[in-house]
Amino acid sequence: MKTTILQKPASFYDEFVLKGGSQLKSTHYCPGCGHGILHKLIAEAISDFNIQDRTVLISPVGCSVFAYYYFDVGNIQAAHGRAPAVATGYKRANPDSIMISYQGDGDLAAIGTNEILHAANRGEQMTVFFVNNAIYGMTGGQMAPTTLIGQKSTTTPRGRTLQNEGYPMKMAEIIAILEAPVYVERVMLTDAKNIARTRKAVRKALKIQIDKKGFSFVEVLSACPTGWKMTPVNSKKWMTDVLSKHFELGVKKDISEDREPVIVMHPEPHFKEYHELLDIKSLADKITDVKLPALKPILDEVKIAGFGGQGVLSMGYALANIAMGHNYQVSWLPSYGPEMRGGTANCSVKVSDQRIGSPIIDNPTVLVAMNKPSLIRFEEDVQPGGIILYDSGLIDTPPTRKDVTVIGIQATEEADKLGSRKIANMIMLGAYAKSSGYLLENYILQALPLIIKNKAFHEMNDKAFKLGMRLAK
Amino acid sequence: MSKVLIKGNEAVVRGALLAGCKNFFGYPITPASEIAETAAYYFPLLGGTFLQAESEIGAINMIYGAASFNTRCMTASSSPGFSLKQEGISYIAGAELPCVIIDIMRGGPGLGNIAPEQADYNQVVKGGGHGNYNLIALAPNSAQEMCDLTMLAFDLSDKYRNPAVVLADGIIGQMMEPVEFPKPVETIPDRPWAVRGTVDSHNLICSIELLPDKLEAHNEALQAKYAKIKEHEIRYEATYCDDAEHILIGYGIVSRILHTVVDVLRAEGIKAGLFRPITLFPFPTPQFEAFANDKNVKSFFVSELSAGQMVDDVRLAVNGKKPVNLHTRMGGNIPTVKELVDKFKATI
Ligand SMILES: Cc1ncc(C[n+]2csc(CCOP(=O)(O)OP(=O)(O)O)c2C)c(N)n1
Repeated sequence: MKTTILQKPASFYDEFVLKGGSQLKSTHYCPGCGHGILHKLIAEAISDFNIQDRTVLISPVGCSVFAYYYFDVGNIQAAHGRAPAVATGYKRANPDSIMISYQGDGDLAAIGTNEILHAANRGEQMTVFFVNNAIYGMTGGQMAPTTLIGQKSTTTPRGRTLQNEGYPMKMAEIIAILEAPVYVERVMLTDAKNIARTRKAVRKALKIQIDKKGFSFVEVLSACPTGWKMTPVNSKKWMTDVLSKHFELGVKKDISEDREPVIVMHPEPHFKEYHELLDIKSLADKITDVKLPALKPILDEVKIAGFGGQGVLSMGYALANIAMGHNYQVSWLPSYGPEMRGGTANCSVKVSDQRIGSPIIDNPTVLVAMNKPSLIRFEEDVQPGGIILYDSGLIDTPPTRKDVTVIGIQATEEADKLGSRKIANMIMLGAYAKSSGYLLENYILQALPLIIKNKAFHEMNDKAFKLGMRLAK
Repeated sequence: MSKVLIKGNEAVVRGALLAGCKNFFGYPITPASEIAETAAYYFPLLGGTFLQAESEIGAINMIYGAASFNTRCMTASSSPGFSLKQEGISYIAGAELPCVIIDIMRGGPGLGNIAPEQADYNQVVKGGGHGNYNLIALAPNSAQEMCDLTMLAFDLSDKYRNPAVVLADGIIGQMMEPVEFPKPVETIPDRPWAVRGTVDSHNLICSIELLPDKLEAHNEALQAKYAKIKEHEIRYEATYCDDAEHILIGYGIVSRILHTVVDVLRAEGIKAGLFRPITLFPFPTPQFEAFANDKNVKSFFVSELSAGQMVDDVRLAVNGKKPVNLHTRMGGNIPTVKELVDKFKATI
C-alpha cells in the first residue's frame, strides 16, 4: 500500500466534528470496510485536482450516509436511491460544480435503479462511485441486488437462489451499454495493486467531469466483513477468489478520448425583455384608435358546441378576447375531462360588466350549436328569452323552443363557398356579434388578425365575420 | 399595465419566471401537463433549465438538489404524481429547502380520472409524507391568482425556507381569464445556507439528526416556524360577510360557484356571505373562531369536491359552537348553482 493514501488530503476534515462523540479522528466504518479507503482516494483526487471548493458530494442512504462527516466540500444528503436525481438537480442549477454521487448497491441497484439509469442515459455531467459490497451493510446484512447466488444474508438465510431472487445485477455492464456514459470501469479494493487501479479510476472519472465530457461510473468491489461475517483478511480473499469472478474487473467502456467537452450556453436576457419573451402582449395595447362604448350591464353566458375541428374553442377564445378588449370581465372554459370524448367539444364564455362568479355555465343565455348532438344536448338548458344560433345546413331538425330567439345560419355551407370550412366559426361569431349587439364591428375586424394568428386565414376570417353579421339580421 | 387572456396553467409558468424561477423539473400528467409543456418552451428562453424527469420521484429529488443551490426551482404535477413526490417532499421539508410545487388536482383514489377534484387537501395541507411538517398551501381561484399566488409561493418559501404548494383543480388550470402580469422580480433573497460550491459554502443539506434530543429540538424549531407562518401569513377573501348570518365556504373552483350562489341568495333576501380561504396552510382558523363567536352568524355551509376534507379544519375552528353543514361532490362532478342553493336552503 502506498503511504500517500494514508495521509489526510485537504478535502478530508482533520477532525470529524459532525460525527460527534469522543473519537473525532476515526471514521464510523467497521474494520476492513472498503468505504473508508474509497473516501480517501476520492478526497485525495479532489485535493490534487484543486476542485475542493466546487465539489458537491451526495451522501446516499446506506453505510456511507455519513460521508458528509468526512468530506470538506459542499454536501447534500439524499433519500435512498435518489442521489443521481439530486445530483442532476444541483448540477443543472449550478453547472460549474463538480458532482459526485456516492452510492451503495442497495441504493443504486435496487431502490434507485430508475434514477441511476436515467441520469446515466442523459449523460449527466457527474461522477458516480458505486460501492458494491454484495450486501446491505447499514441495515444489518440483508440481501442486495448484487448478492451472489448461494450467498447467505439475513434475508436469504439458506443462500440466494436463482428461482427466488434471480441473478446478481452487473451494474457496470448495464451502464456501459447505454450510449451516453463516457467511462465505466469496475475495480476492487483488496491489495496494493488493485487499490492503485482504483485510485487511477477515481481520478480518471473525476477528470472526465472536470473536462466537461460527461457521465462516468466506477463500480468498486468493496469488503463488508461485518455483513459477510468474515475476518477482514478472509473478506479480501473471498473478493479475489469469488466476488470478482462474478463481477469481472476492468474497463467496460471508455470513449473519453473521442468525446468533446459539452458546454451548454444559456441566454441571459435582461429583465426588461421578459414580458416580450413570455409573449405577454395585450390586445388593448395594439388597438388604440377605436373609441370603445360605455359598458352595458350584461351577463352573457355563451355555450359554443360542435365537433372537434369546427373551431368552437377558438370562436370562444376570440369572443372572450374581444369582449375583454371592450373592458368587460370575461372567462373562457373549455370542455374538459370526460366531456371531451366522442369527438364533441364545447366551451363556455362568460361576459359581464361585473366580476364573474362561476365560469361554469349551467343555463346559457346564448347557445351556438354547430352540430346536431350539441343542439340536442344543450337546447333545453338555454335560459328563457335567450338565443340559439345553429348551423341550419348541418342540423336538419331545428330547435323547438318557443321561448327563445332561434337563428339558423348555414355556416358550414357558406364557409365552404368562402374557401374553407374552418371559418364557419367566424360566420357564427359575426352572427353572435350582431344578435348580442354590444361589440363594435370595427374593433372586432382589427382584433381578429391579432387573435387568430394564422395569416392564411386573415382575409377569409374578415369576410366570414362580415357575412355572419349580415346573415343574423 | 394591460391584461392578457390566458389559461391558469400558462399563467403559473409566466408567474414563476417573473418570480425569478430558473429550474423546472417535471413529469407529464393530465391535467398538469400544460404547465410542463409551457415551461419546456419558456424556461430555456429566459436562461433557465427545463428537464423532463424519469418520474415524479426523480423530479422532486431534482428539486431537492436544485433547491440546495441559490436559485429558485419548481415542479408541477397532479394528484397521483403528488402522492409519488411525498417522500421527497418530506426530505425537502426536513432539510428546510425553499421550492414551489404546483398540484392540479384530479379525481382519485388510484388512477381515478382526469376530472377536477379537491381530494388532495389532506395530503397537501396536513403534511402528507412522514414526519411532523407542514407545507405552505395556497389555493388560487382565478387565472390571475394562478400567476400571483405562484409568485407569492416563491416569496413565502424563501422567507420561511419551506416548500410551498399551489393547490388548484383542473378548472382553474384550464380556464382562461384576463391576467395582468407584474414586473419581473430582479433579486431573490440571499441564501447563506445554500451549497454554492465556493470556499465559504461548504454547507450541508441534510435531514438527519441521530440523537433524539437533537431531532426533537429540530422538530420544535420546525413547529415554531409553522406557528410563525400561522401568525403572519393567513390570507382569505370575505365577500358579504360583514352582516352575514350564514357563511358559505369553499376554495378554488368551488369558491367561484359559491360566489354566484351567494348572489342568488342575497337577491332572495337571505343574508349569506362567502368566505374563501386563500391559504389552506395556514388555515384562517382565527377568522372562523371569530365567526363562531359572532352572535349574528347562525350557520356555516362548506362545499368541496371531496368527501369532506377541508370541513374538518372548519369544524375544529368552529368547535361545535354553530352548525357546520356540508355538501360535496366527487369523481369529477361539480355542483351546479341551483344544486348548491337548494342544498344550502335545506340546512336553514
Ligand atoms: C425508503 C427507504 N427504504 C429503506 C431504507 C432502509 N435502508 C437504509 S440503508 C439500506 C440498504 C443500504 O444498502 P447499500 O446501498 O448496499 O449500502 P451499504 O450500507 O451496504 O453501504 C436500507 C434498505 C431507507 N432508509 N429508506
